[in-house]
Amino acid sequence: MQLTGAQALIKSLEQQGVEVVFGLPGGAILPVYDPLIDSSIRHILVRHEQGAGHMAEGYALATGRPGVAMVTSGPGATNIVTPIGNAHMDSTPLVVITGQVASGSIGTDAFQECDITGITMGITKHNFLVKSAQEIPRAVAAAFHLATTGRPGPVLIDVPKDVTQSMMDWWYPSTIEEYDLPGYRPEAPLDENAIARAVALIDVAERPVLYVGGGTLKSRASAELLAFAERTKMPVVTTLMARGAFPDSHEQHLGMPGMHGMYTAVTAIQKCDLLISLGARFDDRVTGKIPAFAAGAKVIHVDIDKAEFNKVRHADVAVQSNVAAALLAFDAASATPRNLDAWWKQIRAWQERYPLVYEEPSTDGLLRPQHVIQAIAAKAEPGTIIASGVGQHQMWASQFWKFEEPGTWINSGGAGTMGFGVPSAIGAKVGRPERTVWCIDGDGCFQMTAQELVTARAEGIPIKVAILNNAYLGMVRQWQEMFYEERYSEVYLSADLPDYVKWAEAMGCVGLRATNLKEMHDVIEEANKINDVPVVIDFRTDSSEKVFPMVAAGASNDDIMVHPLQRGVAK
Amino acid sequence: MSATPEPFLGVVDHTPVRHHILSVLVENKAGVLARIAGLFARRGFNIYSLAVAPAESGARFSRVTIVVDAESAPLEQIVGQLDKLVNVVAISDISPKDALERELLIATIKTDVDNRTSLLDIIANAGAAIVDVDAKSVTVMLAGTPGGCDELERALESFAEVELHRTGRVALPRLGKTASA
Ligand SMILES: Cc1ncc(C[n+]2csc(CCOP(=O)(O)OP(=O)(O)O)c2C)c(N)n1
Ligand SMILES: [Mg+2]
Repeated sequence: MQLTGAQALIKSLEQQGVEVVFGLPGGAILPVYDPLIDSSIRHILVRHEQGAGHMAEGYALATGRPGVAMVTSGPGATNIVTPIGNAHMDSTPLVVITGQVASGSIGTDAFQECDITGITMGITKHNFLVKSAQEIPRAVAAAFHLATTGRPGPVLIDVPKDVTQSMMDWWYPSTIEEYDLPGYRPEAPLDENAIARAVALIDVAERPVLYVGGGTLKSRASAELLAFAERTKMPVVTTLMARGAFPDSHEQHLGMPGMHGMYTAVTAIQKCDLLISLGARFDDRVTGKIPAFAAGAKVIHVDIDKAEFNKVRHADVAVQSNVAAALLAFDAASATPRNLDAWWKQIRAWQERYPLVYEEPSTDGLLRPQHVIQAIAAKAEPGTIIASGVGQHQMWASQFWKFEEPGTWINSGGAGTMGFGVPSAIGAKVGRPERTVWCIDGDGCFQMTAQELVTARAEGIPIKVAILNNAYLGMVRQWQEMFYEERYSEVYLSADLPDYVKWAEAMGCVGLRATNLKEMHDVIEEANKINDVPVVIDFRTDSSEKVFPMVAAGASNDDIMVHPLQRGVAK
Repeated sequence: MSATPEPFLGVVDHTPVRHHILSVLVENKAGVLARIAGLFARRGFNIYSLAVAPAESGARFSRVTIVVDAESAPLEQIVGQLDKLVNVVAISDISPKDALERELLIATIKTDVDNRTSLLDIIANAGAAIVDVDAKSVTVMLAGTPGGCDELERALESFAEVELHRTGRVALPRLGKTASA
């Protein structure tokens, strides 16, 4: 069968089981948009290519399947660089297809030419410049294989226009050998010796902590984690990237560690004698000052990526494996720590002394952002998916929402990309249309990518957006308040400009506003009744609220600052 | 400590002790060197030298010999990150004491009647060969240890006009030693 390169590209995506592509056409990718008309693949036309990338990420995080985005060359390609970088930091499986100028024009500064494979070399797991139409099926199959196996990540395929326009004989690789990736070995055989040494460390542990990272979700190891944790009775912490990997309602769950982690999660790590890292990478937002991090602990580091071992923290035992296989191996060896009663007694005492708190909401003043999140949660169906931007609202969402299952927390962790919330929520809703999707957003973040609500309305994707409108780039304001003597520099945004309700309405969404407690409850109820169009709520929140607990950047986790309401209470 | 001196020259290798030699088999694809160079740059790993040439008969693979500064980052990190490059097929790490390292130096030296004899002495001492000569200059080459090349380079400093190029080293494990993969 003879096909054009463009037809082969679409057919290859169909072969991969792709159900949706997020994108926006232009000159260099034009040939590919023609056969798309006849394809079963749904295309979602975004308003900015950054939106396409974040939607693909949201889709991937909610479904566990790779997200696919397609854009044109030059500015189309550079506009999607931020989501590619974001996906790289968070190991999110993405396949990004970029049009490129015709092969003969590459290197001539042709119209809308840019070296996107060069630009994204350091922020993709791999990228390809496809040289001939005949190679398209191999490039697509290899891209999906790379994006989804081992440590997942974004893969970019750059396709020159002449390649999509020329003819090829249809074929599709049926074996991994045909992908022609002689240097790619995503999995290593489980090292029995390492497992034995890990088991030996577990067997003598008196104060262990399971430090659960995003890799646990990526390797779909939640069930194995639950079984292992319940059998061994070990306390569990879930990082910002792992929220939902272990139920928040579980009594062994101490919550999130790190800069804005729960006091008990942070402190249990500091005092533990064995830290079992499961697909986590000792990010600086978790460790604080590295030499002071879990200083008395032995470390078992489980990761599929061996380059993570000893990168930040020395691993006493490194287990190169996906998390699920390693946990099964620990179980098979009946790895069991010592009696943990004393440890749990200590942990419960910390929990009792330093629970998550915030100031009592007042009936007349501005809303408490934490209270807004809890009020939404109280009325949300089980299984609701939460996306967020980056800032204080993100930390509060992670702290105050109760995550019970994988794929319900859609968030930008490693890169901290403002504007991630709205498009990623849209992508999540596309992937899991039966779920309610709330985006907990900041006013600053909302303004970065709000135009995608036009996409949501046009495509019939009814997400709900809660803007915690504190009139500020709040997280930066918090740092200026605490570490720059309240010298506020370029952080004020205004609560009224833009008018979020009118803006929402102009984008075809329902726009609501809440300035006090009664309105807060009313608008949440109203929003929950709307299931056909996107809803945006402007919650007017108190800008003086700060995120606690907090470990200052570079400080030791021992110097965690608790909420002012809890100060003066002896540790 | 230095790398093992080569008996026939009796010179010492002046490369810092913490260097390591990575012999990296890569797919011969466009951009693969940029991927390696970019990785070293963005992770702050230092390279002393890098030599690349097609490996085996076919054009499918190339061998890149990288002398890395294992002070700039732990070798485990360098190897681990390098191994993640999809186009990198195999890495063998040869520790300097187990390595046979060789490098090629060529140099053109302007001479006159006064210093031609001393140049010929230097060439003979170094075990270098003359590959081109005209009335005013001599081109020499030395295929030798990096230390031997250093020595020759220093000896040639006394000449006013020298154009000198070195290839960077290639390496194999000494017989009876193995590289760790
Ligand atoms: C693209 C981008 N630019 C700048 C920053 C730095 N930054 C981190 S949080 C933040 C403020 C976010 O403001 P807002 O969305 O209103 O959230 P809030 O902290 O007020 O809840 C800024 C500017 C960032 N993370 N991303
Ligand atoms: Mg704000």
